[in-house]
Amino acid sequence: MENNRLLEVKNLVVSFDTFQGVVQAVRGVTWHLNKKETIAIVGESGCGKTVSIQTVIGLNSKANGSVRNGEILLEGKNLLDLSVSEMRKLQGNQLSIIFQDPFTFLNPTMTVGEQIMEPFIQHYHVSKSEAREKAIEILKLISLPQPEENMKRYPHQLSGGMRQRIMVAMALICNPKVLFADEPTTALDVTIQAQIIELMNSLKEKVDTSIVLITHDMGVVANMADRIYVMYAGQIVEHGDSDTVFHNPKHPYTWGLLNSVPRLDKKVADDLYSIPGTPPDLIAPPKGCAFAARCKYAMNICKDCQPPQIHFDENDEVCLSLSGQAAENSHYASCWLNHPECIRRNGPVKREGNADGK
Amino acid sequence: MENKKVILELKDVKTYFRVPRGVLKAVNGVNLTMYEGETIGLVGESGCGKSTLGKTIMRLYRPDSGEVLYNGQDIWKYNKREKKEYSKNVQMIFQDPYACLDPLCVVSDIVAEGMKIHKMYKGEELEKRVLELLAMVGLNKTHASRFPHEFSGGQRQRIGIARALSLEPKLIVCDEPISALDVSIQAQVVNLLKNLQKEMGLSYLFITHDLSMVRQISDRIAVMYLGSLVEIADSEDIYVKNYHPYTKALLSAIPIADPAVERERQRILLQGDVPSPVNLPAGCNFCNRCPYATEQCRSVKPELREIEPGHMVACHRAEEMKGK
Repeated sequence: MENNRLLEVKNLVVSFDTFQGVVQAVRGVTWHLNKKETIAIVGESGCGKTVSIQTVIGLNSKANGSVRNGEILLEGKNLLDLSVSEMRKLQGNQLSIIFQDPFTFLNPTMTVGEQIMEPFIQHYHVSKSEAREKAIEILKLISLPQPEENMKRYPHQLSGGMRQRIMVAMALICNPKVLFADEPTTALDVTIQAQIIELMNSLKEKVDTSIVLITHDMGVVANMADRIYVMYAGQIVEHGDSDTVFHNPKHPYTWGLLNSVPRLDKKVADDLYSIPGTPPDLIAPPKGCAFAARCKYAMNICKDCQPPQIHFDENDEVCLSLSGQAAENSHYASCWLNHPECIRRNGPVKREGNADGK
Repeated sequence: MENKKVILELKDVKTYFRVPRGVLKAVNGVNLTMYEGETIGLVGESGCGKSTLGKTIMRLYRPDSGEVLYNGQDIWKYNKREKKEYSKNVQMIFQDPYACLDPLCVVSDIVAEGMKIHKMYKGEELEKRVLELLAMVGLNKTHASRFPHEFSGGQRQRIGIARALSLEPKLIVCDEPISALDVSIQAQVVNLLKNLQKEMGLSYLFITHDLSMVRQISDRIAVMYLGSLVEIADSEDIYVKNYHPYTKALLSAIPIADPAVERERQRILLQGDVPSPVNLPAGCNFCNRCPYATEQCRSVKPELREIEPGHMVACHRAEEMKGK
């Protein structure tokens, strides 16, 4: 079990100093990624999901004072202890990232071929012709039409979907252990989004890469992820495997997220469910549960005390004795509603319209 | 629908742009009738001409041929006074809530500007009206004196909506009003637009690429591809029975937020991207991405025809598509 663990983030705290005060973007986040697995981190904009993976990949370091606490273990090695040059050897090589916006990410003055080859030449010190062969191989793998022709083109000559494929190719050329995908399909049309999702799902079989997906689109998550972490205001509020989180969510924020997605296979309700209000200001996060102000089930305790992680076993029973790895792998939610002493323990709502017609 | 009043009618509207490579046919012969109090969802991929069509209706682009009739009158035959009246009656909500608000103006000025130009209110009355409008979209008094950068995306979109409402319009063209927002905020804005419609009897042309959200708000849905409408139907209808292969592909591309359903689903994956609207194919615009294309599709352009009452489709093989 232990050697299956690829990446582990433990109690990560990231803050930024601004003129208004210290923004506590990530407030103690713990998650892990196993080999050959796809996990998704889901949440609204500003919840800290992008910051947490930028930190993992070394874009926010201890040097600029933003990482306040925590460990990031890649196969047991703490990435936060590495020097900049050691970290650089991993970036784009073992850890690579697909950014959200394919329009601003690519260098407009270089052909896309050169950009795909660049990380491979950097990390493996190969000749240009070898790199070109490898690049063509990768482009064939992601089924980009006419790879030789398209490598000579500049980014502005390609469509959004093709640019996103180029980014995938750049990220894959060094056979990374972990591929981070930060909202990889948000900027794309639905038909192109479907192509990219299909592509990334097929990659799991073709190359030996684990994927960390970041998105706010529950539909994309349902399509790709094995496990889901739901993030809110810099903290993980719920974790579980994808079926559990979709069919038996335990946190009111997850209920809200799922209910506000309109579903094509369901009849239209009169009013779409929406979560009232906006996420809290992370300069002065609330003392209790961060979601309490927007939660219609909030109790007095929610406003005063941070809820603990409450774990569930396979039978959906609250399980207080779990610790260590068993706890990390189990379904858990940070919400007082699930506490054994809370009388409304089973939650006033179940998610409507489950697949099995419940 | 028959006894409803027609508010806007598009007759074979064509808006072209001259580019170095030829003529870019952004809107290529669109016929559409909008009734009062109705919401039409205009859906299509980026580059299909849906925003150009919206701007043509707004009188921002002059169509190369065809007519845009508002209450039966051609909007390009208006005199100066009628033009001003039209610009009051038809308003637009823009896609990007970050770019569409003047960063140098406070919110109350942004919302009041139109009313000043049209001399609708003055002095204290104007101030009162601004606060009323802000309250209507869920903002309060303290927000009125702030600058746009002090707001979140969802709040900015509300300011844009308040500005559009300030002139008491009849028709609002909403150009992707929710695509820049988070899911939970999207639902808030859609519900707000729906409630305002009930209160004020507005008509919306709701332009979007998101087929799942548009269903919540639309009475009818028009699917656009490369400058032409390919299918128009009642919004409940189109999700259940659709005839055009493009509509089918578009619907099948939308992910459903349920892993169990997703595993069972068969997806129609379209190959490639939307082709360039310069030098369109001779036949059906969709023929080179369509899995069912025949010789006829490649040579003859299909016209929009009524296949069922209230259900229009532009496809030669629509009848065969029924069960697929």
